[in-house]
Amino acid sequence: MSTLSIAAGQARGWVLPLALLALWEVVVQAGWVGANLLPPPSELVHTLHDLATDGALLGHIGISTLRVLAGFAIGASLALLVGAVVGLSRQVEAYLDPTFQALRAIPSLAWVPLLLLWLGIDEAPKITLIAIGAFFPVYLNFVAGIQNVDRKLVEVGGIFGLKGRELVARIFLPATLPNLFTGLRSGLSLAWMFLVAAELIAATRGLGYLLTDGRETARADLVIVAIIVLALLGKLSDSLLQHAEKRLLGWRDVFDGRAA
Amino acid sequence: MSTTLVQIQVEEKRFRAHQVIDRLALDIRAGEIVSLVGPSGCGKSTLLRIVAGLETDYAGRVLIKGAKPQLHSPEVGFIFQEPRLLPWLSVADNVGFEAGRGGGKHPRVGELLAEVGLAAFADAWPKQLSGGMAQRAAIARGLFTQPALLLLDEPFSAVDAFTRMRLQDLLLSIAAHHGTTLLLVTHDVDEAVYLSDRVVVMNSGPGRIAGDVVVPLPRPRDRRDPALGRARSEVLTLLNGAQQDYHDIAPDIAAAPPAAAPIDWSKLSFAV
Repeated sequence: MSTLSIAAGQARGWVLPLALLALWEVVVQAGWVGANLLPPPSELVHTLHDLATDGALLGHIGISTLRVLAGFAIGASLALLVGAVVGLSRQVEAYLDPTFQALRAIPSLAWVPLLLLWLGIDEAPKITLIAIGAFFPVYLNFVAGIQNVDRKLVEVGGIFGLKGRELVARIFLPATLPNLFTGLRSGLSLAWMFLVAAELIAATRGLGYLLTDGRETARADLVIVAIIVLALLGKLSDSLLQHAEKRLLGWRDVFDGRAA
Repeated sequence: MSTTLVQIQVEEKRFRAHQVIDRLALDIRAGEIVSLVGPSGCGKSTLLRIVAGLETDYAGRVLIKGAKPQLHSPEVGFIFQEPRLLPWLSVADNVGFEAGRGGGKHPRVGELLAEVGLAAFADAWPKQLSGGMAQRAAIARGLFTQPALLLLDEPFSAVDAFTRMRLQDLLLSIAAHHGTTLLLVTHDVDEAVYLSDRVVVMNSGPGRIAGDVVVPLPRPRDRRDPALGRARSEVLTLLNGAQQDYHDIAPDIAAAPPAAAPIDWSKLSFAV
């Protein structure tokens, strides 16, 4: 596929959003919808510009990103640790897995009051909530990945005398990498979701706070700008992981959508 | 050619209540090429796994160079039915897997890849190889430790007939070059006769040695050599227990023909 046709393919993806933006502007400028409820794109650009120039936006983005990174790192590392043990040992799985399955069923917001009670209103409850969100997708995918490793490849490791940590590092880990990336990517997107939940309730900075602030001061433009920034950040962080995935998983023999 | 490399004496091997191997003894000399043939379920693959050290739960004694078989012995290489290359490693890293991470940079990897005709594919992923090429890479991997004994479990059964012939000749030239002793399991009588110094025929239920056929021809051999044909008939005779009956059903069932169903005249149409 030539670069030109790739560019053309990407250009096609922009058609719908641009058309919607144009429609949005027209609808509001024509007065069919109140500009206080649905600020037109041109006004949003202004708000974005104002927030960006006084440095407030960067601060919000910075603190939110830090929270997501910290929570995600903690949640994902724990998931790797627990997942490895549960995946490799049927006995441990029998003890732990039912509990994790039950905990997973708890809606994210239900944790919030408890975390506030236990951990106060500082960073701790927010990062904990995000870690909980990131934990489960990584854990589930990692365990499934380990349990689906081809027995024949494990046997190859056995022929070469690999045992214990060596076997995990040289056979199980690379074999589960595709699943692991699926888990990491959905864990990261859940981390952003839980970030908003955490910041909506008790925060003085961050994108979730910007949402609350916009609602309380009846500024829909602030809310929409925060939503857009969240979408962009989520997409950006996912793209980074996707890029790493492509680089690390080039060996996979999969359908790439360009069959002859 | 005279020293004994492998001594196999398996009294019994069971999978639960099922007896797979019963009183089997086989010696293999250094440099010899021996094939095991027999119907499926005769325990030939199990025997190979015992020699490889993959199976340890059996009654009997197996010695390789006077020592018990153990997993990960540099004396023994194993080649599976499928290439079983690790898909996340380059071809070179697969061949040098034994040498640890980055084993593909080991100087012997280049030599082995050149020997199996894959020098240009050192950096390729296994997914980019054809079935025959992948199996050649697997052979190179099996030879990396320079084993005295190479075990092969139906190594060429998954490739087409032309590739198979090329791989057979490749295997022979490599074995001759390295002085490797080969013990291979195969379903293919032609393959067994063409490759081997000795073809060991096994019976099933439980697995025993029915007899062996020595093929005293020098190499390279001509696949059309009538002597190979004679050896082939000998193997077939042993396989069929000296009877010319290729039916794979029990004699009593074969003796009783299925009862003919009565004709239902009402179902027949005579309309023209």
